[in-house]
Amino acid sequence: MKYLILIYHNPDSRKIWNSFTDEQRAEGLHAYAVLNEQLAASGELIAAEALDEPSTAKHVTLDEGRTIATDGPFAEAKEHLAGFYLLDTETMDRAVEIAGQIPEAVLGMIEVRPILTYAGLEM
Amino acid sequence: MTDEVEALLRSLAPEVLAAIIRRQGDFDTSEDAVQEALVAGAAQWPRDGVPANPRGWLITVASRRQIELWRSEAARRRREESVSRAEGSPVASGTDKETFGPDADDTLSLFVLCCHPALTPTSQVALTLRAVGGLTTAEIARALLVPESTVAQRISRAKQRIRESGGRFLLPTRAERPARLAAVLHVLYLIFNEGYAASSGERLVRVELTAEAIRLARQLHAALPADGEAAGLLALMLLTDARRRARVSPAGDLIPLAEQDRGLWDRAAIAEGLALVTKALSDAPVGPYQLQAAIAAIHDQAPRAEDTDWREILGLYELLERVAPGPMVALNRIVAVAMVEGPRVALARLALAERDPALVDHHRLEAVRAHLLEMAGDTDAARDAYARAARRTLSIPERRFLENRAERLAGAKT
Repeated sequence: MKYLILIYHNPDSRKIWNSFTDEQRAEGLHAYAVLNEQLAASGELIAAEALDEPSTAKHVTLDEGRTIATDGPFAEAKEHLAGFYLLDTETMDRAVEIAGQIPEAVLGMIEVRPILTYAGLEM
Repeated sequence: MTDEVEALLRSLAPEVLAAIIRRQGDFDTSEDAVQEALVAGAAQWPRDGVPANPRGWLITVASRRQIELWRSEAARRRREESVSRAEGSPVASGTDKETFGPDADDTLSLFVLCCHPALTPTSQVALTLRAVGGLTTAEIARALLVPESTVAQRISRAKQRIRESGGRFLLPTRAERPARLAAVLHVLYLIFNEGYAASSGERLVRVELTAEAIRLARQLHAALPADGEAAGLLALMLLTDARRRARVSPAGDLIPLAEQDRGLWDRAAIAEGLALVTKALSDAPVGPYQLQAAIAAIHDQAPRAEDTDWREILGLYELLERVAPGPMVALNRIVAVAMVEGPRVALARLALAERDPALVDHHRLEAVRAHLLEMAGDTDAARDAYARAARRTLSIPERRFLENRAERLAGAKT
């Protein structure tokens, strides 16, 4: 089964990160490197990326067939999507176990969402 | 021409791989080398013609390629590591072709190695498709709907794990045999289901996984003609796949068994599956695949849905629940109870069964409840149960089916 792990940030988590010493930051980045390495090796990793700040995002609307991309303004969002893992694991429990190894899990900022499939058995 | 070449290459894949492993003992580079020989054959044979001795051609090309692989840096590193694991070498020194049985044993040894207990089921599936099935990494990736890099990782990691745990290219001992064989059957069953489930509303081009699973099950059955479960699994696949064309509407909607156009069922596949399961049940000890095949056979033999012998099906499910209990079996048995003893009795059984923790969260529980409530004429409760069931499945076609049922009941009421 495929699962998407969503990693959120908010102003508080940003403050916590900024307050870290270099060693603490290196430790956090190292945890990610180890996790990515393990998931690649187990064949469970499909993709994992970190997203740029929401301030760099484009807002897209279709207006009379024309695509219009605008910078913000965005409502002061409390939380924003900061990164994701797309996994193919045996079970939801396994996906949750992996989510627990993501450093942000300490802050309770991780969400695991099952991916819908087009497969279906006889009803 | 190309299809014939591909079929020939795939049928030779396990034999060629077995021959190379026997000579060199190294599963890892042998597998890579054979894969490249198959790719070379696929490129050259349609153009230049099939060689007089295709098997010999592939063995020669693969052997040459393996030597190149050993010379490459990656392989050098692997060989250095191999010094420390000499004990775990796949082939004991001094063995030669004669100590192994005929080709059927080779195929079986390969199946058993690919379904090594140190591997996860997803890795066993990938490795079996590659090493026994002769599919390329790209084809497996397309079939399993994951990126090629993910499949490549799974395969290389799987080979590494087999090496680390001292997996050998040998037939399992008598004591190991039931467990190892069960793993092989389970992997083939997973491959089949992956393909069968995907045939609904699938928009992506996929390798015919059901056909591949049936082909591999045929090879396994040929290697183990007296094994009732190997025959049972092949029969189950044939009897299930026979309904393929009838189970999905042109719009991609799932059609339940009772509403399928039975004229679309594949009679030849049904006849073959029926003969297999009948023989297995009379010759061999009974097992779960034989029982599931027998249930599929009863459905397939009924000219109309109302002719189905539900009493017989119920008896088989009761037997199946004793030899291989599980949530799906429990739910299917309750559906059979409804057909024999009526929906109220079945609902009472469901109320008892759902205390089992394995069933509480099962996505099919609400779908079965909805079906029973609908049979019992409890329209409001059935509609609610269908709606709950729709929310619980992750399958888009199943969700659409369940939502349609809920809507239909809403319409019936007003």
